[in-house]
Amino acid sequence: MPDPLALGLLVLAVILLLVFIFLRRRSPAVFRLIDAYERLNRSIGLAVENGTRLHVSLGRGSLFTARGVSALAGLAMLRRLAERTSVSDRPPVATSGDASLAILSQDTLQSGYRAAGAEEQYRFTTGRLTGLTPFSYAAGTLPTIHDENVSTNVLLGDFGVESGLLVEAADRENSDLIAASDDLSAQSIFYAATQEPLIGEELFAAGAYVGAGVAHEASLNVQDVLRWLIILAILVGSLLKFAGAI
Amino acid sequence: MRVVTAAIAIAAGLFVLAGYFFPIAVLADLRMRLIDGAILIAGMAVLVGIYNLIAVQMEKIRTRQKGSTYGGLLALSLVITFGFGLLYGPENPYIRLTVDAIIVPVEASLMAILAVSLIYASIRLLRRRANLLSMVFLSAAVLALVAVVPTPLGPIPGDRAISSFLGMLSGGGARGLLLGIALGTLLTGLRVLFGVDRPYGGN
Repeated sequence: MPDPLALGLLVLAVILLLVFIFLRRRSPAVFRLIDAYERLNRSIGLAVENGTRLHVSLGRGSLFTARGVSALAGLAMLRRLAERTSVSDRPPVATSGDASLAILSQDTLQSGYRAAGAEEQYRFTTGRLTGLTPFSYAAGTLPTIHDENVSTNVLLGDFGVESGLLVEAADRENSDLIAASDDLSAQSIFYAATQEPLIGEELFAAGAYVGAGVAHEASLNVQDVLRWLIILAILVGSLLKFAGAI
Repeated sequence: MRVVTAAIAIAAGLFVLAGYFFPIAVLADLRMRLIDGAILIAGMAVLVGIYNLIAVQMEKIRTRQKGSTYGGLLALSLVITFGFGLLYGPENPYIRLTVDAIIVPVEASLMAILAVSLIYASIRLLRRRANLLSMVFLSAAVLALVAVVPTPLGPIPGDRAISSFLGMLSGGGARGLLLGIALGTLLTGLRVLFGVDRPYGGN
């Protein structure tokens, strides 16, 4: 038998998503300010003007596990960044620690170039696989941060403790760093080592904050509704438990 | 072509999801076949990824970029190791020696460097962002270390109470963060499933 709670949550999420997409098409959403994404939007403009490079690292989450979904959020961000910076002298570079993810990053970059009308400038070597184990991935990504005139590093995806090496390299190069992960140990590293840390589900807000479309904005609204429902369920459950009803 | 790609991706995703929720033999069988196919494609993707890795290093050498010597060394080592691996198999003692004597120690040394980097980052945290939350973060980290660190005189008094208190706070916080991440994961998955986000080059 299917898990009725999981199935119910899924159906509710789908219905809410469709409703909010419809609503967002009629009136754009207003979101709270997230410093890291404000900084990213500024950095994109500066990178194009200065002729410096944007580096997006998507982590090493395998697409066959739930951890790969955080990389999909990173890809949505990459798509938008590629579109906005493809006309730059130095096109953006994407690195990842999973082969399937590397191929998707190439596809995403190409889509971004195509949307910007600059497909002929796309090079498949800008979407890179840098290693297949956590530390080889980090070691392979370090030269990109150090040697390729990168002004902004965006780390979005599934990282572990090896992310400490990446943030330290970005810090040494004095480049901007926007970092978010679904992994709690990586989040604590980012909290300690970045100027404006992104915590928890803020990772999944990336698309909405860089203008990736109404579906991303609607997703944030649905997350908010579901979060309130969960809070309500926890409170009701606690009260019932306290009263000895369950 | 892009429409076909999107249609295949969406249909495969919906069948796998339906096979997960509804225990119908046909759906379960289709789900397993689709997953098997995806695993095969992922295996091929590793080879494509390795080709990409070599191509990036070759481009570095061709354009005489900084660090191109290391790139050449990496590509050469990769080709030699891959060739020997294909010829003699992964159980060959020399192939195992390559892993045990080179890759494992190098990764262990990176872990050691990481420990130093993290200590340095935590020292600079208050200089970077001197606020209440940073102080709470650092204090909790120091207290947690004090509670678990071995001393010549044995465990410090109250170590279990400290661990239990910090565990209660961090456990609650971690669950809150994970709930948020789970919701984000659900919605991102739905966007891909319905073809709104198409990372496979469809949009």
